Amino acid sequence: MTNAMSDAQTQIPVTVLTGYLGAGKTTLLNRILSENHGKRYAVIVNEFGEIGIDNELIVESDEEIYEMNNGCVCCTVRGDLIRVVEGLMRRPGRFDAIVVETTGLADPVPVAQTFFMDDDVRSKTRLDAVVVLVDAKHLPLRLKDSREAEDQIAFADVVVLNKTDLVTPEELSKVEATIRAINPAARIHRTTRAGLALSEVLDRGAFDLSRALENDPHFLEAHDDHDHHDHDHHDHDGHHHHDHDGHDHHHHAHPSDIHDVTVQSVSLRGGEMDPKKFFPWIEKITQMEGPNILRLKGIIALKGDADRYVIQGVHMIIEGDHQRAWKDGEKHESRLVFIGRELDAERLKKSFDACQAA
Amino acid sequence: MPTVAPLDLQGHCIAAVFLDDVPHFALADGAVHRLDHGHKTVQANDGLLAAFHDAANDRLITGGEDGKVFSVTAGGNAAELASAGKKWITSVAAGPQGAVAYASGKIAFVRFADGKTREFSHPRSVEGLAFSPKGMRFGVARYNGATLHFPAADGKPVELEWAGAHTGITFSPDGAFVVTTMQENALHGWKLADGKHMRMTGYPGKVKSLSWSAKGKWLASSGAPAAIVWPFSGKDGPMGKAPLELGTRGNAMVTSVACHPSQDVVAVGYDDGMVMAVRFTDAKEVLLRRPGKGAITSMMWDRQERRVAFGSAAGDCGVIDISA
Repeated sequence: MTNAMSDAQTQIPVTVLTGYLGAGKTTLLNRILSENHGKRYAVIVNEFGEIGIDNELIVESDEEIYEMNNGCVCCTVRGDLIRVVEGLMRRPGRFDAIVVETTGLADPVPVAQTFFMDDDVRSKTRLDAVVVLVDAKHLPLRLKDSREAEDQIAFADVVVLNKTDLVTPEELSKVEATIRAINPAARIHRTTRAGLALSEVLDRGAFDLSRALENDPHFLEAHDDHDHHDHDHHDHDGHHHHDHDGHDHHHHAHPSDIHDVTVQSVSLRGGEMDPKKFFPWIEKITQMEGPNILRLKGIIALKGDADRYVIQGVHMIIEGDHQRAWKDGEKHESRLVFIGRELDAERLKKSFDACQAA
Repeated sequence: MPTVAPLDLQGHCIAAVFLDDVPHFALADGAVHRLDHGHKTVQANDGLLAAFHDAANDRLITGGEDGKVFSVTAGGNAAELASAGKKWITSVAAGPQGAVAYASGKIAFVRFADGKTREFSHPRSVEGLAFSPKGMRFGVARYNGATLHFPAADGKPVELEWAGAHTGITFSPDGAFVVTTMQENALHGWKLADGKHMRMTGYPGKVKSLSWSAKGKWLASSGAPAAIVWPFSGKDGPMGKAPLELGTRGNAMVTSVACHPSQDVVAVGYDDGMVMAVRFTDAKEVLLRRPGKGAITSMMWDRQERRVAFGSAAGDCGVIDISA
C-alpha cells in the first residue's frame, strides 16, 4: 500500500465527468468553466461536442486504453491522458485544475487508474472525484442497452441525477433507487439543468484518504438512521436495499432485483482487526477478486492502533493510510464496502470476520 | 575544469540543441531561445510538445498544441512546415532527403522536401516516430508494437508485434535494429533482419531519453539511477549481454543522456539538474554541472565536441564548455 497524501499540496486536482450523451455533461462543464470562482480549468475531451465548450484550454484526445503488460486484465490506463497530462503539466501556470470529460460510452476505470498507475501523472496530479451525469428519463433505457451506463454509476463518487423535471415523482424515486442499488456509496443530487452547487462536484477529495470521512459513503457512517443525513430528498421504495438492520447482521449483499442491474455491493462491519491478518487478507482479496471489484472503501479499526485506518481501491489498486486518531468515546469499528460484480458475499464476510482481533 | 554558461529561462525546456554552432533552447511555451551574441528569442509553436534535431539539415523540427509543425534554423528563422488541424502534434521526426514526419492522434504524416504530404492512418494512436537512417522508411511506436512504413513507395507496412504500449521509437544508426520505449519500465527491440526480439528490462522508472553512441555501438538510456548503456556491436545486439551502468548515484535518477559524437563517452543528466560525463571503458566520471533547479530534459554536444547544451524542466538551461 502506498501513501496517497504525500504530494497532495502541489498536485493539480482532476475531476472526471462521465455520463451518456444528452445527460447534461456539457451543461455542467460550462457551468464549471463560467462561474465566478476564480479558478482556471484545462479541459480534456474525447470529441468536440455539438454544443460548444467555452474555455481557453481545451484538448481533444483519442481515447486510448492500454492494458498494462503485467498479466492483469483490469490494469488498464488511458494512454492519451498520460500524454496530454504530461504536456499540460509542462506549462502548469495556465490552469488550477483539470476536468476530463469522457464520451458517453467510456469506461471510467482506465481513466481513474491512470491517476494511480502512471508515476508521472501521479506525481503531478490527483484524482479528485468521478462525477456521473444521469438523465432521469432515459436511464432505464440506457441500463438495458449497455453495461457502460451501469459501470459509470457504480464507479462514481457523485451522481448528478439530472432532468428530473422530465419524469414523475414515482419515476424519479424508482430511478434513484436503481442508482442506489448500483452504488450505495455515492452522493446523489437531483437536479434540473445540472443546477447544483459546484462545491458538490469540485474539490471533493473523494480519493484522498485524509478526507475519507468528509465524503463518507453514508452507509459507512453510524448506521441506525442510515442514509438520511446525506440528503433530504430520499425516497424509499420496495427496491431500496440497505443494511439498515444495524443489529446482528453486519454485512449485506444484494445482487439487485432491479431489472438490468448487474453490479452489487457488499458491505462489511466488524470490530477491531488484527493487522497481521487484515493486511494480507485485503491484499489477497484485491489480487484475486480485483477484476470484479470496481471500487472499495473502508475505515478500519486496527487493534492497538490509536488512529483510524482508511483504505480505498479500484480493481487491484489499493491504497491505505492512517487518517486521524479515534475520538474519545468513538466506537472502534471496522467498516468496508465493495462495489463490483460476482462478489461472493458470504466468503468475503467470513474471511473478513476471521481477521478480527481476538 | 568544465565551465558553465547559464541561461535562466522561465519554463520547461523541451530541447537544447546546437544550430550552426549556436546553442538553442526550445521551451514548452513555444519560444526558442538562443545565445547568439546575446540572448535572443523567436516564437515557433503556440505550445511546444515535441522537437527533433534534424542534423542533416541543421534545423529543429517542432510540433505543438497548435497542431502545427515548424522548422527552426539558425539565426532565428521559424517557418511553418505543416498544419494538421486542432489536435495536438505529439511527435515529430526528420529523415533522409529533407523528409519530416509528424503525428496527430492516429495519423502519421510524412512531408517530403518538395512539400508533398502523405498520411498513414493507424487503428491506434501514433505514440512515437522515427526515420530509418537508410532508405525512405519510418517507424511508428504504437500499442502492442511498431509499424514500419515506406512512404516513398506503395506497399504493405511491416508490423512488429510486442504486447504493451510503445511510446517512443528509434532506429540504430546502421538501420539494423529498432528499439522502442514502453509505458512500462522497459525498452523493446527488434533485429530487423530476422525479427528477433530484444527485451531490455529492469528499469526502476520509465525510459524517456535514448542516445546512440558513435557508430551505433552502444545505446544509452535514462530511467535508472545510472545511465543504462546497452551493447549493440554484436550481430544480435544486447541479447545475452549485461548493460553498462554508468554514473550511478544513490539519490538521483537519470533523466537525459547524450552520447559524445565520436568517443565512447556519455553526458548524463539527472533529475536534480546535475550533469556528468562518463567514459564507457573505465566508467570514469567527470562532473560537468552541479545540481540545479530542475531535472535535465535535453542535452546535445556540438560539432567541435567541446560544448554540451543542456535544458531543464525548471528552465535553468546553459552551455557547458569542457575545454576550458
